[in-house]
Amino acid sequence: MNGSNRAIPVWTLHIAVIAALWAAQYVLPDYHHGIIARVMVLACFAMGYNILFGYAGLLSLGHAMFFAAGLYGAGLPIYHFGWHVVPSFAFGIGCGALLALVIGLLALRTTGVAFMIVTLMFAQVGYLMTLWLGEWTRGDEGLTLSHSERIIESASVFIDLTNRDTRYGAAWLLLSVVLLITVVIARSPFGRVLVAIRENEERTRMLGFNTYANKLSAMVISGAISAAAGAAYVLLFGYMGATFAAIQYSILPLLWVLLGGAATTLGPLLGTLLMFYLAELSNDALNAWFPGANLSQIGIVGAALVLLVLFFPKGILGTIRERWLKWLP
Amino acid sequence: MAAVKPLLTTRNLSRSFGGLKAVDNVDLDVMPGEIRAIIGPNGAGKTTLVSLICGRIEPSSGQINFEGRDITRMPAHKRVGLGIAYTFQITSIYPNLSVFDNVALPVQRMSHARVSSRGLDASVMHALERVGLADEAGKTAGTLAYGHQRLLEVAMGLSLEPNLLILDEPTQGLSDGEIENFIKLVREIGERATVLLIEHNMDVVMQLAEQITVLNFGKVLAQGTPDAIRANVKVQDAYLGTGADD
Amino acid sequence: MSFGPHLLLASLEGLVMAAVLALMALGLSLVFGVMRIVNVAHGEFFMLGAVLAWFFSTMVSGNPALGFLLALALSPLVVGAIAFASERLVLRRLNYNPEATIVATIGLLYILQQAALTFFGPDARPVPPPFNYRVLLPWFGYSGYKLAVIGASLVLLAGTWLVLTRTRIGLVMRATQYDSETAQAFGIPVDRVYAGVFALGAMLAAVAAVLIVPIQQAHYLMGGDPLLLSFIVVIIGGLGSLRGTLVAALIIGLSDGIISMFFSPTLAKMLATLLVAMVLVFRPQGLFGAAAR
Repeated sequence: MNGSNRAIPVWTLHIAVIAALWAAQYVLPDYHHGIIARVMVLACFAMGYNILFGYAGLLSLGHAMFFAAGLYGAGLPIYHFGWHVVPSFAFGIGCGALLALVIGLLALRTTGVAFMIVTLMFAQVGYLMTLWLGEWTRGDEGLTLSHSERIIESASVFIDLTNRDTRYGAAWLLLSVVLLITVVIARSPFGRVLVAIRENEERTRMLGFNTYANKLSAMVISGAISAAAGAAYVLLFGYMGATFAAIQYSILPLLWVLLGGAATTLGPLLGTLLMFYLAELSNDALNAWFPGANLSQIGIVGAALVLLVLFFPKGILGTIRERWLKWLP
Repeated sequence: MAAVKPLLTTRNLSRSFGGLKAVDNVDLDVMPGEIRAIIGPNGAGKTTLVSLICGRIEPSSGQINFEGRDITRMPAHKRVGLGIAYTFQITSIYPNLSVFDNVALPVQRMSHARVSSRGLDASVMHALERVGLADEAGKTAGTLAYGHQRLLEVAMGLSLEPNLLILDEPTQGLSDGEIENFIKLVREIGERATVLLIEHNMDVVMQLAEQITVLNFGKVLAQGTPDAIRANVKVQDAYLGTGADD
Repeated sequence: MSFGPHLLLASLEGLVMAAVLALMALGLSLVFGVMRIVNVAHGEFFMLGAVLAWFFSTMVSGNPALGFLLALALSPLVVGAIAFASERLVLRRLNYNPEATIVATIGLLYILQQAALTFFGPDARPVPPPFNYRVLLPWFGYSGYKLAVIGASLVLLAGTWLVLTRTRIGLVMRATQYDSETAQAFGIPVDRVYAGVFALGAMLAAVAAVLIVPIQQAHYLMGGDPLLLSFIVVIIGGLGSLRGTLVAALIIGLSDGIISMFFSPTLAKMLATLLVAMVLVFRPQGLFGAAAR
């Protein structure tokens, strides 16, 4: 983080990652195609979470509400009112940003443990609301969007989001944009102030920075990116259900970011990718060894969280940055 | 020629914590360019007083004026914008960041225009050179010796280009040689800025201060030049005693 | 049944819930008060208490009271041991850092849930109550066992209060809560106090579960709702305030019982959760607690 030198290795690295992800679609077997598309969208959620947790140092336990705001904000207008894809996507992001602003105005009056619990509680209210408004949302059962609802069509353009390759491309596009936004923020004065707030908030205040306004901005950006992921999810995978507003979806981005490395730009992507495969592989293996033990992924998530926080709190890229590559943003 | 107005004034400034009056109706007038020392026994309310001035805590009653403006209700970060900088009694830096990055933050804050990265580097190194830490720019701040951490904090304060620099027990933990250098530095700073200095080290106070305010039990006990204070009987009783350092 | 008796029935149900909730919330409050950490896995200690109660009760055939007494005696001990182990192995190593602890206890929550899922299974299983006595009121019959639960809870709460205020162990705990550094300087083994308090908190949750399981069934996901309610009680009552916890448990238990009976339970939960979030934002010391030191 020494000034803005090292710009070349940083941008080269990120462009390379983006290029690699693009190229991957040509070599991936069918089954993994869908998984990677899903991973890319959820990695955007993780990156949104990372802005608040990694850089600003605010541990929210309620980010599912922002993901769900995007999910339902994009999905419900299409399902009930026949909106088109692009305006719905924008609306979903807007819902997330607005929700983050409101929650931020309330929750940022607290710090530390109280902040964690307050965000947890607000998210829980959000989850209960999706159940209570079951007439509109069908609660846990959820709603699916039809094929035609997920097509972007105009005079010159025909984009079918249900098509496997188009879906991959759209997820890749979102990931690239969010990744680049994260890099820009991390290397910007704003990003430096967020880190300063995380490291020593009082000091930062006494250096003349309006820490409240900065934290609120981080919250809104984080919420908007998380909502973008949610909106993309319903458009690309066609399903919205209350489970996405439930507490697991607040814990998962925390897990992904911790694993990959908090406050690193590529950590969330790495963490999401690894956790997906790790969870699936170990689940399959364990269920093969112990059939009938009802082994679901929750045990793996739990064990991963405890082990990470005990032995590996900086995550993979965080440790790499500390030991070897100090310029990693 | 018009009379010079005080840079900082407080009127009836008070702060209570529960039943305890930590600062009790303090009136203060600090002239621009002055080096003012605030001394007093432990618990006299010195840190509380300067915390009220820089905005870390809110007063229970009273008024604070800076450059003619009432800043009593102004939040701390805005006061920094007006030119008040504060270094903490218990060193408060960014231990996990490099020395360079510690100073880069206040420098960044002061760069109103988009300063090039080279300009930023130059300003940071200049601030570090002034306090004698230029060689340690790459080190992690938390690994510095305690005295050097305090100097780093002073560098951060200086980078804010303050009109009023408040130093809270800055020489605590410094070696004699470092204290010598520090006195020179503060004299230099005092040529362009106003300095408010809380100190227990009487040598430093007597060498640096142009005016001294003595606090006891939250009230102003005495105020005047170093010689006047040295001769003041009340101060001797309450604080200087046999002249031993605490 | 007309409104009056209906309200009485709802109130009795609310009192039973308040009784159980008070025990559980007390456990959570003690842990936060003394150790300054939030244990998100508290609901899973509750769930384990119920699941173990089922195990112990099935080990003894014949009079259900025997099985129940066995469960009441052993279940809290086992849960306490698990809590003790978690504290030693995990929480102590994290130096009780608030954020790290919450993440670790979330992990613990999932691990315990998985363990229950594996060894107990996904189904809900009933535990027979120790006796089946019906108290006949003018308007309806009410389960004697439920009334006994209220009584038992009061006894346990009084007992805990006595231990905290009248015994040396209680004094040690309160000293550690007030100022752990000074306590350590006076030779109090703060480490051991922490482990003990954590275990005690878990045991209170387990006891509450054993009491409630003949009324409700044992299920591996049953920890979620009580956890949320305990949080609500502790936050509204003021963290670390015993009296506040009890009063809040009474209010929450009664209102949840009454609202759930007359309105939608989802709405009741939503309002309660929203209320507690607002209390945390605007009045963090709760309605009864003193402001944080």
